[in-house]
Amino acid sequence: MKFLRDLLDKQKPLFEKGGKLESLYYAFEAGETFMFSPKHTTGIKGAQVKDAIDLKRMMITVVIAMIPCLLFGIYNTGHQHLLATGGTAGLWENFGDKTWIGVMLVLPIVLVAYTAGGIVEAIFAVVRKHPINEGFLVTGMLIPLVVPATTPLWQVALATVFAVVIAKEVFGGTGMNVLNVAMTARAFLYFAYPAQISGDQVWTYLGDKMPVDGFSGATALSVVYNAGVEGTQSAVDALAGHNTVLGSGLYEFANLFIGWIPGSIGETSTLMALVGALILIGTGVASWKIIVSGFAGAYIMGFVMNLFAVNEYMALPPQYHWVMGGLAFGIVFMATDPVSAAQTETGKWIYGLLIGFLTVIIRVTNPAYPEGIMLAVLFMNVFAPLIDYYVVKANKTRRLQRATV
Amino acid sequence: MGRFSKAHSSKTDMSKIVKLKKGFDINMVGKAKQELADFAPAQTFAIKPTDFIGLQRPKVLVNEGDTVKAGTPILIDKALDQVIYAAPVSGKVVEIKRGDRRKLLEVKILADATIIHEQFGQVDIASLDRDALAAKLAASGVWPNIIQRPFGIVANPADTPKSIFISAFDTHPLAPDYAFALEGQGKYLQAGIEALAKLTSGKVHLNVDGSKAVPAVFSDLKGAQVNKFSGPHPAGNVGVQIHHLDPINKGEIAWTVSPTGVVQIGKFILEGIYDASKVIAVTGSELTKAAYVKTYSGASVSTFVKGNLNSGHVRVVSGNVLTGEKISLEGFLGFYHNQITVIPEGDYYEFMGWAKPTTRLSYHRALGLLSFLTPKKEFVLDSNGRGEERAFVQTGVFESVTPMDILPVYLLKAIMAEDFDEIEELGIYEIVEEDLALCEFVDVSKHPVQELVRKGIELIQYS
Repeated sequence: MKFLRDLLDKQKPLFEKGGKLESLYYAFEAGETFMFSPKHTTGIKGAQVKDAIDLKRMMITVVIAMIPCLLFGIYNTGHQHLLATGGTAGLWENFGDKTWIGVMLVLPIVLVAYTAGGIVEAIFAVVRKHPINEGFLVTGMLIPLVVPATTPLWQVALATVFAVVIAKEVFGGTGMNVLNVAMTARAFLYFAYPAQISGDQVWTYLGDKMPVDGFSGATALSVVYNAGVEGTQSAVDALAGHNTVLGSGLYEFANLFIGWIPGSIGETSTLMALVGALILIGTGVASWKIIVSGFAGAYIMGFVMNLFAVNEYMALPPQYHWVMGGLAFGIVFMATDPVSAAQTETGKWIYGLLIGFLTVIIRVTNPAYPEGIMLAVLFMNVFAPLIDYYVVKANKTRRLQRATV
Repeated sequence: MGRFSKAHSSKTDMSKIVKLKKGFDINMVGKAKQELADFAPAQTFAIKPTDFIGLQRPKVLVNEGDTVKAGTPILIDKALDQVIYAAPVSGKVVEIKRGDRRKLLEVKILADATIIHEQFGQVDIASLDRDALAAKLAASGVWPNIIQRPFGIVANPADTPKSIFISAFDTHPLAPDYAFALEGQGKYLQAGIEALAKLTSGKVHLNVDGSKAVPAVFSDLKGAQVNKFSGPHPAGNVGVQIHHLDPINKGEIAWTVSPTGVVQIGKFILEGIYDASKVIAVTGSELTKAAYVKTYSGASVSTFVKGNLNSGHVRVVSGNVLTGEKISLEGFLGFYHNQITVIPEGDYYEFMGWAKPTTRLSYHRALGLLSFLTPKKEFVLDSNGRGEERAFVQTGVFESVTPMDILPVYLLKAIMAEDFDEIEELGIYEIVEEDLALCEFVDVSKHPVQELVRKGIELIQYS
């Protein structure tokens, strides 16, 4: 390591003030501080010692928490492919093939997201003279997990660039953004290229093979939605009877929970999202209040829908909302983004609860969008400052009242 | 009582019992053993105008070469000239050190072998009215022990505070135990409290550690309301205590005095002298011998530290590691400090330092931070900055170490934006640097929190 350190020390003057490559200082700094934590010490006055945490460590904790979702997503991509094309019956059959297909589809998306985003980050850092922010470690992993494996790579790149520039850098970089960056990328794809990210045929990679007879790529959400419109059978029955050519019970509760279903790469498994939630809550990196209230909000709204059910979707048992679509992933990894979420402790409860409410309302009542979590998170991102405003105002009011009593 | 403070208090007679949950104790290696060490006595002593926040225009009253007694006026603040800053020891003024633009840094005194005191005469509190007592104290050298809240500046004798607060325990890292440091000073504490009681229109609050038996030196004191506080640091911070007893609103003034300061006031009352002697804790992981030593305000620390080090590359801190000030090996103890701490200097690179599992102390539990598994362990902490400054990202952490109904991040952001109304409404009157010092320690984004607090105070104070 001494060799590496010596090399950096030798190059450093080039990038420092007055050096030839002064303008690239922050690019150099990013690389240097990635390899070596800096040697600067605390100031003359104030705290003489500092906590061992830094932002890099916090962000990498989030990335680690996403790895169960990523690995599951890779295998599930291959599994769904073979399932749809009649190449497999058992879950663990053709393990190598499934993994390989998954890796070949998912890895390029991850690399493209990191590369495209990384380049934009670096350009902004150099031009605007601010440090390259660790937040992108998380964003670069989140974006691949919320798109289907069939998304064209150029769309991944475009969406990443759009999100990093429009959702983050124009506000001043990580810590200043209003919207969750990865959700913005997904919303961009959703509205700009709906054909590749919505509809029945995008969730499962078929390649050059033909699907088995009777195959339907519809997601659980659209199956339930159609059950609600048609009204011929209960939503649960519709789920149980869907796609039986692929083996029975594809959309039964347990399978939905574990996640062997078509969907975006990382979001199908509620179980893996909960593993991630355990890591995030255990390490204290994400707010448990948002996660708990998010799930609670979805359940409560699902239950209220039951009470006033006029169609089969509204009568769907509330726990199904937890396991269908990207709700679990969205609440655990997107809603908890500390920058775009509510920042006061009381505000976090309200924010999470409303995300849960809105997701279910959008799912059940809106004919245009089968999934509600994306819009619910973005909507509440916008409203989080308002929630905080009232929580902060209450704090000020308590102080003021104390003075006048 | 704030909804956010998770504290509950109950009234027994007049005194209050407050149990705080929020906060964090920093356990460090190098606690002072409860004995007086036989370090060679300090020879030189300094008065540093920079110790007194808010001292705007210091004027030196002596020249190099002058002979002074303990209690002889050394400098005054031209903005508050009835308060004198006096020599802690008798001896000869050896140097008046100035910095850039002739800014006064230190007035150094080489001490006599035996200290001679200016004789002010004993004070009969009962026979004096409030203003006369205040004037006597202001002219004696003991007055700068009295701090005004808001702002944390030396009090103005012309003000009458709504109450006076004394925190009888210190929860900072490696802080001195007053039960030991003030042993036998009970009668001076009593006299000090009587004098302070005369200066306020309200009460004198004496806040003791509710988790232990009250030390003998504090248990028999009369004339003060005794409140019990328990919980992790910053439960011992007087600002936190004020927040739960009688919070400061806009336009109000309260005063605070440390127990050491009360003893000095008491000695002036009973004996008519300015006795700046105190027992300080000499602490830190880099010392061979960590113990208490008796010296005077402004002592040169070199005789306590040199020859007592177990490593070469150290940082000497006057005060504790959360709120103290870095000084040199030949530096001087700050006026308000009752402790020095010697820690390793942290100017080293660390390969993949942000990713490696580490047993270094952290309030957090993010990946690879293992210290939460050993909450009782004593840690060696060095001065490494632990990462670069970033925008605020993590939320909820500052609140969890601040046992007050205050939203630190919003307040700090208001200070950064210089939004005067917000700064005021979010509670700047209730805090000084030390009250948010833990935030600076735990901050993921490494903001200079205490510097910001002072900036916010000055924005309001001078607006």
